[in-house]
Amino acid sequence: MSQSHSFDKSYLEDGTGFKSWFFTHDHKRLGVMYLWAIGIFFILAAIASFLIRFEHLTPGQTIVDAQTYNVLFTLHGAVMVFLFIVPGVAASFGNFLIPLMIGARDVIFPKLNLYSFWVYCAGAIIFLIALAAPADTGWTFYTPYSIDTGANVILVTFGVFVLGFSSILTGINFIVSIHKLRAPGLTWDRLPLFCWAAYATSLLQVLATPVVGITLLLLIGERYFGLGFFDPAKGGDPVLFQHFFWFYSHPAVYIMILPAMGIISEVIPVFSRKPIFGYKAIAYSSLAIALISFLVWGHHMFVSGQSKLINIIFSVITFAVAVPTAIKVFNWLWTMYKGSIELSAAMLYSLAFIFLFTIGGLTGLFLGALAADVHLHDTYFVVAHMHYVMIGGTVFGLFSAIHFWYPKMWGKMFDEFKAKIAFVLIFIGFNIVFFPQFILGTLGMPRRYFNYSPEFATLHQISTYGTWILGIGFIIMLYALLRPISNKAEANPYKSASLEWAMPSPPPTLNFEKIPTLTASTYDYGTKLEQEA
Amino acid sequence: MNWLPTSASTFAPEVDFVLWLVTIISVVSCILIGFLLIYFVIKYKKKSDNDQTPAITHDSFLETLWTVIPTILCIVIFIYGYVYYDRYTTIPENAYEINVTAKKWIWTFDYPNGKKTLGELYVPANKPIRLVMTSEDVLHSFFVPAFRVKQDVIGNRYTFINFTATKEGEFVVYCTEYCGSSHSNMLAKVHVLPELEYLKWESGESAKTSKIASDMPLDQIGKQLYSDKGCVACHSLDGAAGVGPSWKGLYNAKRVFTDGTSAAADENYLKESILYPGEKMVEGYGPVMPSYKGLLDDAEITALIEYIKTLK
Repeated sequence: MSQSHSFDKSYLEDGTGFKSWFFTHDHKRLGVMYLWAIGIFFILAAIASFLIRFEHLTPGQTIVDAQTYNVLFTLHGAVMVFLFIVPGVAASFGNFLIPLMIGARDVIFPKLNLYSFWVYCAGAIIFLIALAAPADTGWTFYTPYSIDTGANVILVTFGVFVLGFSSILTGINFIVSIHKLRAPGLTWDRLPLFCWAAYATSLLQVLATPVVGITLLLLIGERYFGLGFFDPAKGGDPVLFQHFFWFYSHPAVYIMILPAMGIISEVIPVFSRKPIFGYKAIAYSSLAIALISFLVWGHHMFVSGQSKLINIIFSVITFAVAVPTAIKVFNWLWTMYKGSIELSAAMLYSLAFIFLFTIGGLTGLFLGALAADVHLHDTYFVVAHMHYVMIGGTVFGLFSAIHFWYPKMWGKMFDEFKAKIAFVLIFIGFNIVFFPQFILGTLGMPRRYFNYSPEFATLHQISTYGTWILGIGFIIMLYALLRPISNKAEANPYKSASLEWAMPSPPPTLNFEKIPTLTASTYDYGTKLEQEA
Repeated sequence: MNWLPTSASTFAPEVDFVLWLVTIISVVSCILIGFLLIYFVIKYKKKSDNDQTPAITHDSFLETLWTVIPTILCIVIFIYGYVYYDRYTTIPENAYEINVTAKKWIWTFDYPNGKKTLGELYVPANKPIRLVMTSEDVLHSFFVPAFRVKQDVIGNRYTFINFTATKEGEFVVYCTEYCGSSHSNMLAKVHVLPELEYLKWESGESAKTSKIASDMPLDQIGKQLYSDKGCVACHSLDGAAGVGPSWKGLYNAKRVFTDGTSAAADENYLKESILYPGEKMVEGYGPVMPSYKGLLDDAEITALIEYIKTLK
């Protein structure tokens, strides 16, 4: 637990053994532990999804029965959302990078940061215990099904409730750190865009998470004490639960995607040797997206029975959130214009992000348009749309980050060639899995269906074959990352202008021997032209 | 390859128009972005570490362009989505109302003249229909892909669907709100009949509108009823226990009831269980089956029993 104040030892070498990690206050070690944790849960939930897809190889029963299938998609969704993607990039790379990027020795409340991690572990353990009698409600826990079912809903929702605290505390830590710990000269308009994104994410975590916490407590009260807020048999309103749930879970979509957008904004300038195009537009659109995201939850409920007027209002606001998103995509694209583009593995994942996220965003327009949503709601179209945003967006962003900051995090270099092969397989596999699901959806195939009519069999089979390519891609990527080809990484192998690269790889425990003073933007690439300056 | 189901209501072509509109916008945008991405990667490929790059950070013209164009497109899509949705949700004049009740995992339909059907909805073509729907248990959702209509069905209150069928025929109904282990078997059929034929059906003149021919063997009629009347949702044919007991080997098998007594599943037991399912509960199953009294006539019950006899 002793914290070395020397700067000649890296944070990885500064203490060994379980205690030196589990009681550490070091934001980098916490970030690394979150990364391992979300990685393990990603693999667990991915295995569930492979089983789901395998089940759909034939109509009717293929490998599991209907009840097991329902448990599998609940497990897949709940673990992916609450244990992987919500903490996800923010907890892992947010922790690792924010102090380095703002020129600080740690986050502002290091003990609270450790506590957040423990709370995450506690929530995860409760989740795993709940697997003994797994829930079959879907990750959305819609009432009154979640009140009636015999499965163990209380333990899972309690796990989510506990995880919420981890999210809130991490958010507070990041917000205060970014306000109070920026190095001299690091003004708001020089702040790296990843920090802007993490800041917007943290706002959402702090403001939205309490709502889902309270909602899930009410649900536990329904089951345990028979309260009746959401139970129509007792005069309650099941749609109220959906309002509460999506009031959190829609902003949560942006908790998942904003940090990934931050990563893209860091990676593309470095490998294009260009300043980020439209810095202010990207920074402010992060905030705009965060704010508007609080006002669009009703678009998950266009056919839920809420009033027509409400539907129309939510549709308008939903289209309003599409515009700042489109602006970001064009800004990233134009950052590459007249650049010197190097296709590293990290850059490939970022470019794939732009393309796949564009598809994810555009298919959102179908669902935002009221008349079209009536047809597409709760079909495979939604499943495909959501996975294009969450995998094509967030997961590709995370993979980009894992490759980009790999030298900084581990002080090692991986084999770019193997990583690129993995990328190609993951990109192709992903599209084979999910593109056919758009067509399944427009044809009317409902989601969460164990059984399906034989006319859908071909598209389901193509989708299932895609998971095998995707799986092989994941395995090769893991192999490339776990078998580094060099144990010595330069301080700044990609010649980035950002602060985290201005120190040895891996960084010493306290990061900066002397707190730096900034005189230029973190995107200081290229030659300034007279007329552009 | 077809990417849309049959279009069989007045609302369907309107939905399809919006789907086409957004598809065209999406495909054009994707091609544009994908093309620029690949073009830039090739054209501005790194040549050496000393490549000179211009520090471009802004371009007011471009930034205005890619703010204004998406905004306009979004407004256009919203308006079409809204106008057609408005038309779909407006209560039609002289609408013919049918009550729909959802229950795990069966749809029941009540017609104005007191007629009642299970798992099969009969409607006249080219006449505005209004479904008044409620649920007896968890959430369900009534979805007819051919009509492009969908609406959640909720307990303790009513929700509505308006449509006018334009094509005669038989169309599938899905439940699209997850409702438990037989969710994906909670199907129904909509039969769209010419108005005259519908009136005949409604007044009971043509007793059998379904495609069951009178010269079919009884067990074949039973087989048809098994899927048409919703038995399929709960009773398997392969011996697997579902929500209800499997029909495989059921005939004359010994049944042990919750009160400890037992009996053989003979013809009279099967008939009683179809009409009064709560009377003799087999151990291990809950009282979830609705009574089919008034929904199946004696001949149909006999046909079902004959079908069960064939499942050895």
